Amino acid sequence: MIDDNTLSFVIVGHIDHGKSTLIGRLLYDTQSLPPDRIAEMEKASAERGHEAEFAYLLDHLEEERQQGITVDTTQVFFKTDKRHYVIIDTPGHVEFVKNMITGASQAEAAVLIVDVNEGVKEQTKRHSYMLSLLGLEQVVVVFNKMDLVEYRQERFEKVKADALKFLASIKIQPDVCIPISAMKGDNVADKSENMDWYDGPTFMESLDGLKNHKAAEDKTLLLPVQDVYKISDKRINVGRVEAGTINAGDDIEILPTGLKTKVKSIEKFLEERTNAEAGECVGFTTSDAVFLERGAVVCQPGKGPKLSDRVSASVFWMSKKPLSTDQKLTIRCATQETSCKVEQIKERINSSTLEVLEKDAKGLENLDVGEVIIKTKKPIAVKDFNDVQELGRFVLVRDQNICAGGIVT
Amino acid sequence: MSLTHLDKLENQSIYIIREAYNQFRNVAMLWSIGKDSTTLLWLTRKAFFGRLPFPVMHIDTSYKFKEIYTFRDKYAKEWNLELLVARNEEMLAAGLGPDKGKFQCCNELKTVALKKAIAANKFAALYLGIRRDEHGIRAKERFFSPRDEDFEWDYKNQPPELWDQYKTKAADEEHIRVHPLLGWTELDIWEYVQRENIPVVDLYFAKNGKRYRSIGCHTCCMPVDSDADTIEKIVEELKTSTVSERSGRAQDKEEDYMMQRLRSLGYM
Repeated sequence: MIDDNTLSFVIVGHIDHGKSTLIGRLLYDTQSLPPDRIAEMEKASAERGHEAEFAYLLDHLEEERQQGITVDTTQVFFKTDKRHYVIIDTPGHVEFVKNMITGASQAEAAVLIVDVNEGVKEQTKRHSYMLSLLGLEQVVVVFNKMDLVEYRQERFEKVKADALKFLASIKIQPDVCIPISAMKGDNVADKSENMDWYDGPTFMESLDGLKNHKAAEDKTLLLPVQDVYKISDKRINVGRVEAGTINAGDDIEILPTGLKTKVKSIEKFLEERTNAEAGECVGFTTSDAVFLERGAVVCQPGKGPKLSDRVSASVFWMSKKPLSTDQKLTIRCATQETSCKVEQIKERINSSTLEVLEKDAKGLENLDVGEVIIKTKKPIAVKDFNDVQELGRFVLVRDQNICAGGIVT
Repeated sequence: MSLTHLDKLENQSIYIIREAYNQFRNVAMLWSIGKDSTTLLWLTRKAFFGRLPFPVMHIDTSYKFKEIYTFRDKYAKEWNLELLVARNEEMLAAGLGPDKGKFQCCNELKTVALKKAIAANKFAALYLGIRRDEHGIRAKERFFSPRDEDFEWDYKNQPPELWDQYKTKAADEEHIRVHPLLGWTELDIWEYVQRENIPVVDLYFAKNGKRYRSIGCHTCCMPVDSDADTIEKIVEELKTSTVSERSGRAQDKEEDYMMQRLRSLGYM
């Protein structure tokens, strides 16, 4: 019986280490693609004068094929006997790190690819660091292009040791390390005949071992209000239950006002419901005519998150125009939104080498990571990222553009 | 109890639909009357408790199957929709059709008709039912995707999108395309249609060994071989099929990058 839950994973790593090729190979070997897509790939490859290029199954933009690089993140679907997957391909070029982050932020697990010939490179490190900042704990590491090093175990062990050492420094413990050749197909869908010395799982087997992200059902209620609709004579508050459950009759407290009331009814179109669980988008009405608006956070009385106008966080800056501590920004955390400044940058960190570039910095450059204190204009409700992710992460917006992501520390 | 795969998709889409309405208010939904945009319409009705607070727009090339027009008028009435029909009357009067070149036909009768309608109504955002698994180009889309004043999609410089935080509209952006169904596959759509009993146009069901998997203009859609004459059989067929969904659609195949070129000019 196939598992009902689809698992999404992202593939990251340095440019040319073979991300798109690995996905193309996986789709090809598992016959996940219609024959016309394969034919299109073979034709496009031949027109550019080379053998079947698996990366073309993912790289669809004209620029991507001409330059042989991935520009933007792509999502494709595939399935094994065990379950369905969404594979998120990402670009390995430093120019497109924001696209890599976009892809990775939507994943439940990650695959880090390292070219055994080239070893650990700049983007290998930067991408790994981003995974750790994004809270992706499940990581599979594949060591690609084993065919280029004559499938030698020594080379694999050497690069693996380098990679594990770096990963340990950012607190990533990979589930498994697999020597593969995406181009030739070794240890991707089928066990390689060229590496007798390796007795671990194939790449595909390792995927079946990954686990789905669990909604925070067992926590206390958190429901950030998205909007309020007036439907005939009712005011229906809508939002997604981010943690716990909400039931008709529950006593609730509304942040930031601290007003208390009861849930009068749970509202879903065409359904009779008295409750809703974490992950559900739901409507509700209240017993008293309390004022509710977007950005309010509904919780159990006295058990909600603390309100604060100072947030300690790790942020990654992804705009070419630098950040400075005097700039006015907007912080968005779940549906909460208020203006803010990055008041203090305790450390400015190089996201590839992890080197602390500056203490008490006045700004952040593109791709820098900062350990910061954010001063918000209005107090907001945040949680520790490890407790409830949905209220422990935020973005910073400047001139209508998302410039940074951050994790509450 | 925990949410099923379809429940998760439904909730993700409803969240996006409500986010976009909260931000833009002056929005419209494109309804091609196909299975995807009809599913989107269904989800939108759920998001707003049965009553859409904005218009639904049909881009009418005049070459649509007659079944599409019948279905449109029936459900526009039944679901109490504010229906806008957008046509490029000028080019239709001049006799434009696919025989004059498919690229020009798609661009004029769909994209240009859409541009005129957006300009006339000053919509800040549009909901579209595109999915990532339909086409390699669509796999690169964001949930919120800005278009500039020339309707161009700057696919080389897309905004970051993380943790359900979406792009807000900047002054130099003409409108934002909102794609609540990006994460759904063709099979997900049919399983959801089955679960929810969503009505769909008859053309999807096999007659005399053929059915349409994707519908649009009768001039440019070819049926595929199939005996699937019920939703149950369509679901079964898709679990084993090796034919791609849009194999019957001319604009995807004419030449390598036709879809990319159409899309960069503002095509859906």
